[in-house]
Amino acid sequence: MAHGPRIVRLDQLVIQPGSGWARLPLIAGAVGLVFTVVSIVLATGSKESTKQFFHSWLVAVVFFLCIGLGCLFFVLIHHATKAGWGVVVRRLAENLACTVPVLAVLFIPVVALGMYDLFHWTHADAVAHDRLLQVKEPWLNETGFWIRTVIYFVVWSGLALYFRNTSRRQDESGDEALSHRMARFSPVAVALFAVTLTFAGFDWLMSLEPHWYSTMFGVYFFAGTVVSAFAALTVFTLAFERSGHFRGVVTGEHFHDLGKLLFAFTVFWAYIAFSQFFLIWYANIPEETNWFLSRLDGTDLNPASWRPATLLLAIGHFAVPFFFLMPRTIKRNRTLLLIGAVWMLAIHLWDVFWLVMPNLHREMTFSLLDVTSLLGVGGVFLATAGWLLGRGSLVPSRDPRLVESLAFENI
Amino acid sequence: MGLMTLDVPEATAGYSHYGVLARFETAKALYRACEAVRDAGYSKWDALTPFPVHGLEKAMGLKPSKLPFLVLATGLSGAGLGFALQSWVHIKAYPLIISGKPLFTWPAFVPVTFELGVLGAALGAVLGMFAFNKLPTYHHPLFRSENFARVTDDGLFIAIEAWDPKYDDQDTAEFLSGLGAVEVEHVPIDDPAEEGDGGAAA
Repeated sequence: MAHGPRIVRLDQLVIQPGSGWARLPLIAGAVGLVFTVVSIVLATGSKESTKQFFHSWLVAVVFFLCIGLGCLFFVLIHHATKAGWGVVVRRLAENLACTVPVLAVLFIPVVALGMYDLFHWTHADAVAHDRLLQVKEPWLNETGFWIRTVIYFVVWSGLALYFRNTSRRQDESGDEALSHRMARFSPVAVALFAVTLTFAGFDWLMSLEPHWYSTMFGVYFFAGTVVSAFAALTVFTLAFERSGHFRGVVTGEHFHDLGKLLFAFTVFWAYIAFSQFFLIWYANIPEETNWFLSRLDGTDLNPASWRPATLLLAIGHFAVPFFFLMPRTIKRNRTLLLIGAVWMLAIHLWDVFWLVMPNLHREMTFSLLDVTSLLGVGGVFLATAGWLLGRGSLVPSRDPRLVESLAFENI
Repeated sequence: MGLMTLDVPEATAGYSHYGVLARFETAKALYRACEAVRDAGYSKWDALTPFPVHGLEKAMGLKPSKLPFLVLATGLSGAGLGFALQSWVHIKAYPLIISGKPLFTWPAFVPVTFELGVLGAALGAVLGMFAFNKLPTYHHPLFRSENFARVTDDGLFIAIEAWDPKYDDQDTAEFLSGLGAVEVEHVPIDDPAEEGDGGAAA
């Protein structure tokens, strides 16, 4: 009641032809296509660059998948808790979650071609002499890997499309029953999501170093995923506010809440990341510590060149954002919140890079392919997101809790 | 809202009343009245409601709470203390080698440091909230008003204190009536001579 009546024109909630947003799919798609081709051309240069390409591509696809999957998690948890405050940003998350099937198309063929270069456990001669890999073979074999990968993508795509389509159906009918149906289904969906995300983290990232295992890795992957999703949601929401689409729809209260969730999951990530490190460091079992040794201390064979990368992660993914995102004033200041969100996206990319790359390079190495892959996948991701956003209202316009969301105020 | 500004000064001599108490029928009326009282330049006053009214702190022109800074300070103190204690114990007091690790094994100190940080912040938040709200307060002059009992039920009140520089017995009461108050009354001040009765209202 602090404000006078807010006037929201219905046509502002739709991307108009000719606007910058309407051009996004074409521009981003062109960038994505060009850099995908550039990446492939660079990859064919030598055996080494092919190997580099597979790793760089994996980093890029996983980074953008994290955004999509984190947004899917936001939608699921939103329905499961029958949340009111976030209805105005839920459609954004529904749309970003639907980039997952497109990213599957970018993931599957490249990883299929790069299996041998990416995953040591696919080397039959290595497995023959390796007791540990023989024991793990019932899980770590190519047939199982692909069956599971297809299941992951089918489950995620199915959930993302179901929740987006149901919500869009409600835009037309205004049927309240659809909200109840989504709320009833969402706990099941959350369980499916948790299992698939955990095992995807095991299969795609943890098994890069097949001797290593950490039961916490799934939660670690999840924490980073949700951080990147809230950062991306904040950036998109700010952009839509600046372009006028969200004027009078989204208020400082919504940004405050997005900032709170970004802060909370940043702390959660740090809690999980440290717990994972702490238990392995304390127990000091060779097959576990090796993963951290190659990233932290270094050995005679392995110089400690990844150590600065690990320190940057600890400081940049926790220490700095912990104090930066803590004050209420920063979460309510759009410019500062934007800086925080962009920073968290960048540092999450660094996190994925840090998970994957020590598998390829003993010494910290950067490659042009890292950049071209990122632009290639990022272009396709943005083009897909832009295309999805352009096909209907930017908020669930007839959601029964929309009024509650518009009027939302933090106590 | 809390009793943040309702503060009875030591020397109440010279004041005939504690102040003026006005009751409003709706949250909306109270909200508008708070804006008017704020704009009129009163500083020693408060709004009292049985339930939170969103945005009332803005209408009252309240500054943001100082509590977060206290919580940050006590939280960091707790964490620092926890870390220092463990370092001292492991390096100075009982230098034992545990599972072949050096004496100063900072990763092992993190869980306790974290927990003591949380404990410090929680204590700072609860005790600071009590201190800033001047709790516990066993008696307050407003309790002398029969009407005021409704603040725990359906009564929405504004109280302006007599020691506000802009206060005037007559004008302030009329000002509040003009803002749509349904009941306006002068609340008597506690008589120091009554002390010893346990502050019971006469």
